[in-house]
Amino acid sequence: MSTVTMDGASTRAAAPVPRRRTARFGAGRIASHAVMAVMAVYFLLPFWWLLMAATKNNDGLFDSRPLWFGGDFSLFDNLSALFTQSDGIYLKWLRNSALYSVVSGFGATAVAALAGYAFAKLEFRGRNALFATLLGLIMVPMTALVLPTYLLMSEIGLTDSIWAVILPSLLNPFGVYLLRVYAHDSVPDEMLEAARIDGAGEFRVFRSVALPAMRPALVTVLLFTMVATWNNFFLPLVMLSNDDLFPLTVGLRTWYQSATIGSGGGEALFNVIVAGSLVAIIPLIIAFLMLQRYWRGGLTIGAVK
Amino acid sequence: MRIRRGPGRQAAAGWLFVTPFTILLVAFLLLPMAYAAKLSLYRSTLVEGEVFAWLDNYRQALGDPELRRGVVRVIVFGVVQTPVMIALALAFALIIDHATSRLSRFFRLAAFVPYAVPVVIGTLMWGFLYSPRTGLFSALGNPDFLSSDWVLYSLGNVVTWQWAGYNMIVLYAALQGLPREVYESARIDGAGPLQIALRIKTPMISAAIVLVTIFTIIGTLQFFTEPLILQPLNPGAITNSYTPNVYAYHQAFSYQQYNYSAAISFLLGAVVFIGSYIFLFVTRRRSALR
Repeated sequence: MSTVTMDGASTRAAAPVPRRRTARFGAGRIASHAVMAVMAVYFLLPFWWLLMAATKNNDGLFDSRPLWFGGDFSLFDNLSALFTQSDGIYLKWLRNSALYSVVSGFGATAVAALAGYAFAKLEFRGRNALFATLLGLIMVPMTALVLPTYLLMSEIGLTDSIWAVILPSLLNPFGVYLLRVYAHDSVPDEMLEAARIDGAGEFRVFRSVALPAMRPALVTVLLFTMVATWNNFFLPLVMLSNDDLFPLTVGLRTWYQSATIGSGGGEALFNVIVAGSLVAIIPLIIAFLMLQRYWRGGLTIGAVK
Repeated sequence: MRIRRGPGRQAAAGWLFVTPFTILLVAFLLLPMAYAAKLSLYRSTLVEGEVFAWLDNYRQALGDPELRRGVVRVIVFGVVQTPVMIALALAFALIIDHATSRLSRFFRLAAFVPYAVPVVIGTLMWGFLYSPRTGLFSALGNPDFLSSDWVLYSLGNVVTWQWAGYNMIVLYAALQGLPREVYESARIDGAGPLQIALRIKTPMISAAIVLVTIFTIIGTLQFFTEPLILQPLNPGAITNSYTPNVYAYHQAFSYQQYNYSAAISFLLGAVVFIGSYIFLFVTRRRSALR
């Protein structure tokens, strides 16, 4: 693994890309554009359906054409039903999701930055053994650990609290590996030495020399941990039973379950679930469009040799 | 103020810096693994409480027809869905690497957006789309996508929709890292775009293809969220033992069989862990994770 590029844009800028002949209208070009057009429709179809469905009340949802407006325009009624259902529990879920993902994101990134930097740049006994352990464990599947972690935490009474979701999310072996590789290539040893000669302590050296140099990789790890926690389902599903602590994913699933089983007037929930799904993905799509550079950058790591 | 200098100071700082990570690694990876291993060797009985049962839970797991059906199901799912999705992702990546147009930039975004959506919500949306009452397919006479014959394909579609774009971007990034001169010269030799894509570009990114395949297989073996979300739509087809993870979950939370659940989790973890290392070892020439 010689070069690791954090930023997809700079990869492309670095390699001299000859101008491609874009004016060719061969059969291949037409076929490939047809494929892209059809598949773009496939990928976007559920979003279009969700947007349309969010404007319908339950009657419209069941009786009108699925891909167009139908029945009364009920978007605002649906939103107000969403935010008042069960005393506004949706807002709590939204807040919980935000809390879990921000705290886990920043916490996991801080932990991974310290460890990744130490593995790359500091000499200490046992470093190689510890890093080899990390590499060996990187393939342990996290979902196989969820149930044992639950059983362990219930022994010490930590389940059904925010810590039951946040603490396990702080562990990110892949993030440590990534930041080690990045720190190794991008933090210059001479600058570390210079800072030490100037009398800076090790933490000061880390903060003022290493952290700025690692910034693109840190943003990527932060972004991926935050999204992973926001989207996480299995861990909070198992850990939490108090619905005031649920994140959006677990909360929406409980609604969906009672709506599809149809118990206790659950069927009336369908329009609320649709509106709730729409509201839950809007922040993600905005973040995704604004931070494209970092997304693609993060995915380049590991794929580029 | 200079206190200690040189390697001694660095060693202390090094240990201090890796301490938080080491604590987390022990608390949330090694301890749960050890605890699951321990639990899996015990059996909880009404009369005697916890009794040491040697490998009884594992013996039960290996002979459990429900677990076996779940394992076969995820293997069949993986054998069909993984190649389809990776082939699609590779085709898309080759297309957007070759065609630079407004449509290809738009397509790149459109294919990747589903990855940003929580699996729960992606599955909910498809649940509505499959449903005969709210769905899209009334024109086709409302085929029952959630019947036991079709539900595995329907789940495969959800997974493909959600992850094909992610894999496409990984492969596309690898393609963008290739030196352009190689296929410039192939073009001069008269190779067409299709030949360049299949004979030159694809072999050159085999490391990335191996990588996305491993991650897909790992994900498939742990298949959980999609079947659990769609379960209430047809509990007869998506049973409590539909996949090994769903089975372990229901053993713990529907039947309070914690010891047996721990044994299944431990087995599943071990299979995934050993399997991915064997796969890495077999394909190590092509893998980026050397």
